[in-house]
Amino acid sequence: MDFYISALSLALATTMMAWGVFLSVRIFNLPDITTDGSYTLSASVTAVCLIGGLPWYLSVLCGILCGALSGSITALIHTTLGVNALLAGILVMTALYSVNLSVMGRSNLPLSEQCDSVFSALQLSSDRYRNELMIVALFAIFSLALLYWFLKTDFGLALRATGQSEAMAASMGINTQLMKITGLAIANGFTALSAALVMQMQQFADINMGIGIVILGLGSVMMGESLQKLFGLHSLSMQLLLVLFGCLVFRLIMAITLASGIDPNWMKLFNALVVLLFVSLPVFHKKLKLR
Amino acid sequence: MMQLKNLSVTFNRGTEQEFRALDDLSLSVLEGEFIFLLGANGSGKSTLLNVIAGNVRADLGKSKIELYGEDFTHKSLHVRAKQIARVFQQPADGIAAELSIVENFRLAALRSTGRGLRIGTDNAFRNEIRDRIAVLGMGLEDKLDRTAGSFSGGQRQALSLLMATYLKPKLLLLDEPTAALDPKSAETVFRLACSIVEHQKLTAIMVTHDLRHCLRAGSRIIHLHEGRIAHDVAGLKKQEISLANLYAWFDAPT
Repeated sequence: MDFYISALSLALATTMMAWGVFLSVRIFNLPDITTDGSYTLSASVTAVCLIGGLPWYLSVLCGILCGALSGSITALIHTTLGVNALLAGILVMTALYSVNLSVMGRSNLPLSEQCDSVFSALQLSSDRYRNELMIVALFAIFSLALLYWFLKTDFGLALRATGQSEAMAASMGINTQLMKITGLAIANGFTALSAALVMQMQQFADINMGIGIVILGLGSVMMGESLQKLFGLHSLSMQLLLVLFGCLVFRLIMAITLASGIDPNWMKLFNALVVLLFVSLPVFHKKLKLR
Repeated sequence: MMQLKNLSVTFNRGTEQEFRALDDLSLSVLEGEFIFLLGANGSGKSTLLNVIAGNVRADLGKSKIELYGEDFTHKSLHVRAKQIARVFQQPADGIAAELSIVENFRLAALRSTGRGLRIGTDNAFRNEIRDRIAVLGMGLEDKLDRTAGSFSGGQRQALSLLMATYLKPKLLLLDEPTAALDPKSAETVFRLACSIVEHQKLTAIMVTHDLRHCLRAGSRIIHLHEGRIAHDVAGLKKQEISLANLYAWFDAPT
């Protein structure tokens, strides 16, 4: 049971990263893969702050700010130098590998027992795993509400318009470059929050923890999208919830597979297949309907 | 109200494809003028609109753009957009497809002021938009929450027009707003554009390839040829002009 509870906690914590990917890829229409780097950066910075004796909320805030900064650097490279967004993301992600190593001072940084952490500071349940789940769930609900509200504000509308028609946005007096920079900062801020929580759950930061994380985010977004097409749900709130659902399904399938005793080396291949299955669902659905 | 002085725009400068889209063009636009801009493909019509709006920068040097005495030559696109509104040729360019009608109009309402962290699409705003859209007589006022992308090209152009003029712009640029539409929608959108310009007493420039448009409305016709003004008629002369005159301009441009 604990195994599944902690898989659920991990899924909820990862969802914030998936929302970050959803923001950049779907809302701002920028394929940003800074994610792999900003995820590890936030985990390293949060870990170093906690070990240095900062309280958990300040440490997490530092992690989020660093993540956001790396996103805005990607956007800055893209907008001012005219570098393709995907390439700009790869550049920043690669550069961050060195930054992360120097932040941590080594490739793996464990938190000691004395360190503050959100899970030791807040005790909502005496059971460790339930406590984790409740705290992460609170963060997820808060993030969801914040994100939904933000995208409905006047500023949020300007961000969304920029992703949909840059010509229209500019003709409405919107500074589209600034929107892209702010947009990627916010997207990577959510990724960073996710990493800070995951790091505190597993009690260590690792230089490789971000590798391939963007695929998990994209997978969740695509799963959500398949379901969206399947059932014709197009509202913003539904899109955000379906990303959450996609992430939960993804993580639970991974947990079940691991529990069934599959060789962990095959996990990445398995992940790819799961994403493929979900992405192709609407196509199969259409073909069945046509018959 | 607007002065264009010695405006030149050169594309691909210093290469074999160097192309002078606007060539030392000077133009003075008076307040309340409704100008039709004519010219063959490549004559510089779109470049002229783009250089006024700020999508294209004028060559450094003598080029100057002034709006009510204010130098606009080096202002960026989004700064100019606070005073200059625009309707595009493609319906997809002028409206955010996945935002609802209300959300699109919310952005139009904030064109000159900027956007903060508050939700502005409240009931009072919705009611106002409903009234404004009802004027179109297209039944769109009951579909305020549908995404803009779900409407036809003609409906989207009509909405774009209302959005561009929601706040009275100092200058309205219309870049072949009817060119991408079927004949019936094109007629509706053209009439709408003319009636908005007349009722709000706007200063407007419309690019068109339909010469009959010039005879039905407007106060001035400018014909561009190879980046220069070949013909410029206004007032009584404009009223007396015939379709044959206009065709003759295209046959013998200078």
